[in-house]
Amino acid sequence: MKIEQHHGHHHGHDVGERLYLHRHSVIHSLPSHAKIVAALLFILIAVSTPIHKWAAFIGYFVILLITVAAAKIPFTLMFKRALIEIPFIFFALLMPFFGTGERFEVAGLNLYREGLLAGTSIFVKGTLGVITAIILSTSTTAREILRGLERLKLPALMVQIASFMLRYVNVVNDEMERMKVARESRGFEATGIKHWKVLATAAGALFIRSYERGERVHLAMLSRGYTGVLPHDEPPHIPLTLWLRSLTLPITASLIFFTTMALGF
Amino acid sequence: MSAPSLLIKELAFAYPDGTQALYGVNLTIQKGERVALLGPNGAGKTTLVMHMNGIHPTAHGSVHVAGQLVDSKDKESLKEIRSKVGIVFQDPDDQLFMPTVGEDIAFGPYNMGIRGPELDAVVDNALAQVGMSEFKNRPPHHLSFGQRRRVAVATVLAMKPEILVLDEPSSNLDPASRRELAEILRSLDITMVMVTHDLPYAYELCERSVILSGGIIVADDTTHSILTDESLLKTNRLELPVGFSISQRA
Repeated sequence: MKIEQHHGHHHGHDVGERLYLHRHSVIHSLPSHAKIVAALLFILIAVSTPIHKWAAFIGYFVILLITVAAAKIPFTLMFKRALIEIPFIFFALLMPFFGTGERFEVAGLNLYREGLLAGTSIFVKGTLGVITAIILSTSTTAREILRGLERLKLPALMVQIASFMLRYVNVVNDEMERMKVARESRGFEATGIKHWKVLATAAGALFIRSYERGERVHLAMLSRGYTGVLPHDEPPHIPLTLWLRSLTLPITASLIFFTTMALGF
Repeated sequence: MSAPSLLIKELAFAYPDGTQALYGVNLTIQKGERVALLGPNGAGKTTLVMHMNGIHPTAHGSVHVAGQLVDSKDKESLKEIRSKVGIVFQDPDDQLFMPTVGEDIAFGPYNMGIRGPELDAVVDNALAQVGMSEFKNRPPHHLSFGQRRRVAVATVLAMKPEILVLDEPSSNLDPASRRELAEILRSLDITMVMVTHDLPYAYELCERSVILSGGIIVADDTTHSILTDESLLKTNRLELPVGFSISQRA
């Protein structure tokens, strides 16, 4: 296995950061809030394209895969992460069998045209959305995404809650592990429904502990003069060219959208 | 002579459920002193500490920090008090709540209104004081326990406090981390209150000790005479580790 030198950067493998993949790429270096805007715009364009404009969707997939390559995300990794979509596709697969209106038969199966289109639409648009989210989460640390949301003027309280979650998810996870080890050391093994009571009690204990920790953290914050605002750095000024570069994906997508609309593909 | 760093007069406190924790504590600590606050579990040590920066409102008696009255109703003065009294809590995970070490250290000074290059300088300086400069951009979760404790001390030093209050500074540290922390603490030119059960640590770092027991100060003397008074230690559930002895006359 090839081990990369990371020049002192941290590459995440703990709970809060395990989606992030450390690479040096154009996509990684873009400002996080511009990336969030780009991802949202692209998904918006994809979702509002009518499903029968096939050419447009081929175009979207091509530019999205180019972005994946530009972000140096291995396609196998992307594919594995995209599997999260499966439960949703499951429903999309069922849709052609239900519905009203025009019907036709394929290999002995009765399909509805409406349902087939709707199912395909969910599948295609869903996949585009999932891949976009994967690019964002793989090329941006969770911390940076939070900073980006903060710069996009998401309510400060929401960003604070999310950032505390990010900080303490590991601490609570460790605590949970220790409790598990302590249970198992005394011969406990969760095998069936009769053990749910023990697990529920453990979950309750974990909740109380976390709640108490929350109080202690708050105390520590008060002791250092907390008045309701967390320190944040001033948003860096982003030149127009950098914005344009960050928004290449949605801009290209909108070009594809208007071309296919105008040409009537 | 300047005002004492800490002046506590007749401080009494009962918890809302009626449990009386402090029954009239008197304590004066001069600038530059290092004082160990000893006492058995449940003696009221933590409660006392919580009064020093107004987390617990003073119900009876008074607390002055560097001549200024701690008044939990006066929010503005409380802000100043909290910058003067730096508390290092026992569990560094409670104290380090920001995503990176650097941001955590910046938290206190930021709340005091420090910004820009001045803030950077304060952070770098505090990290250097505890020998953790190269960990500035690391998340606290990736640090060892001893390192986290040192960063916790730095978060408080960054606020340039008048008085540093440490709650069980040596707990859970391996012997080397324990010694390293002692070296750091000794190098600081600051008034210090150390809450501890680790008597050798108190002996090593503090020239003066007070014993809080049952909500009052039962002894206030040099650490040497307190730790050599066997009956005093015994009545207050304090014990020197086996094999550790202090010569009667140093």
